[in-house]
Amino acid sequence: MSIRVIRPGLLTSVQDLGRYGFQKHGVIVSGVMDPLAHRIANMLVGNGETEATLEMTLKGPTLEFQEDSLISICGGDLAPSVEGVPVPLWKPVFLKKGCVLDFGACRSGTRAYLAIAGGWNVPIVMNSRSTYLRAGIGGYQGRALKAGDELNTGERPQLGVQIAKRLSSQSAQTSFTAAEWGVAQEMLPNYTSAPVIRAIRGNQYDWFTEESRVAFYSEPYKVTPQSDRMGYRLDGPILELTEQIELISEAVAFGSVQVPAEGKPIVLLADRQTTGGYPKIAQIATVDLPLIAQTKPGDLIRFAEISREEAEWLLLVRENEIRQLRTGILLKNA
Amino acid sequence: MKATFQPLGDQAVVVQFGSTMSLEAYQQVRRVALILENNPIPGMVEYIPAYTTITIFYNPQELYDWYQKHVGKEREEELDSLYQVICNLIREQLNQATIESTGVERTIEIPVCYGGELGPDLPDVAALNRLTEQEVIDIHVGGDYLVYMIGFAPGFPYIGGMSEQIAAPRRKSPRLSIPAGSVGIAGKQTGIYPMETPGGWQIIGRTPVRLFRPEDDPPSLLQAGDRVRFYPISMEEYRAFEEGSS
Repeated sequence: MSIRVIRPGLLTSVQDLGRYGFQKHGVIVSGVMDPLAHRIANMLVGNGETEATLEMTLKGPTLEFQEDSLISICGGDLAPSVEGVPVPLWKPVFLKKGCVLDFGACRSGTRAYLAIAGGWNVPIVMNSRSTYLRAGIGGYQGRALKAGDELNTGERPQLGVQIAKRLSSQSAQTSFTAAEWGVAQEMLPNYTSAPVIRAIRGNQYDWFTEESRVAFYSEPYKVTPQSDRMGYRLDGPILELTEQIELISEAVAFGSVQVPAEGKPIVLLADRQTTGGYPKIAQIATVDLPLIAQTKPGDLIRFAEISREEAEWLLLVRENEIRQLRTGILLKNA
Repeated sequence: MKATFQPLGDQAVVVQFGSTMSLEAYQQVRRVALILENNPIPGMVEYIPAYTTITIFYNPQELYDWYQKHVGKEREEELDSLYQVICNLIREQLNQATIESTGVERTIEIPVCYGGELGPDLPDVAALNRLTEQEVIDIHVGGDYLVYMIGFAPGFPYIGGMSEQIAAPRRKSPRLSIPAGSVGIAGKQTGIYPMETPGGWQIIGRTPVRLFRPEDDPPSLLQAGDRVRFYPISMEEYRAFEEGSS
């Protein structure tokens, strides 16, 4: 085994990029809430982006490492430390056997991702290692982690071996060593409790009254406590339809903003249902999904309208940055 | 029936056939699903068929790379929006492809123990339609059903073809927990809850058959396009079935 869970934290689960290909059978995608942080965390330890990470929420776990490990922590700042010494985010970190990694309460963002070289080795269910909490399948025994759980890792990739070797040679005394290099400051997402989330018009945008359409893009919406991995319920100006039309159930997507009859929008996230029957006023641009996934109850969100072309362009630019980062890591450790 | 295209954000296209539920719309959706199953489109991740729509999800970066490799250089022109690229690919595919066979139509028989504890809303459905409970059961059993789509929960079938004589609106306040196997009615549709979830359908009975089978491929007993027949079983038979399968 590789790690033992001493304290599980509030909600810690094994997730990857999601369970695709089974939505036509009603099986939800699941997967990480913040795909950017997850992907970068994997890249920093030499993993493929599809390896599983641990998604930790609001209050992180305490984990004992039972062998030398190469890890990275990306996403929200849940105050990770070893023996009271803070562990930096967005960098590869080499931990010596016996290290206890302790997370505290979150200081920024909501969710952090812990990647380990080789990935978390849980069984693949329907092409994915993601935990589908409600159905009790995937991940670690289909559930969130509990105290006493023991997780294994897969085989370390060549790149991860290289990175670990360099760091271990620098760590004679200390129990952990962080790399001097990491993700460039410009690339780090700006997690904030008052984000501006860019969105394009939903397919039923025209069904809403003029007043509602204006309010949606100009007034702030508060994240309510009735928010989880499935979706965030927002509180703010009521959104109304010009007339009562029934939408025939159709597919929804990560970031669909649907509006039930009571008029309060719901943003659908990683554990969303596959189909829905509420009109959709907006669809969040893929590049801004991490920003909303890192908000928590009480935070205030504003929506800004962009065109579909702009959303596509931003996404391709982001993918290009990720490719450059991947190439950079390869070159540095070749 | 003409297909209309709409984007669902920056990673999916909704192909729609008309704006009302109909057998014809369903058949069009089914046709597209069969074509995509056998002829995947570059960058396609998966698709979700529904009553009048089929939504195709794609990976924008993969689509962009494919376009650069296969189209961009020949045309030497600016990239259209990726949405236009995927729409064109889908249109071409739908125009070119012929379906040799729609596959063998399956009929799945579902045993149901109606009424009592397992079907708490049977009396309400009967009263609402001025029928006896037995009449509701007979009409439900006598129907010729088609699975239009799977959604809401893993393996949850939206089944059409139910007689209007036993139609009933959703419950005003949804139940917090409906047991797996519960057979329900919502409007003119009938369906089966594959796992315990909250829900608002009127529950008239329960089947001991497992609908969601995560260990199997596909993981859902029923597929869109399947015919379904219900047959009544007693409480003893229900229990025996449950024991036999566990």
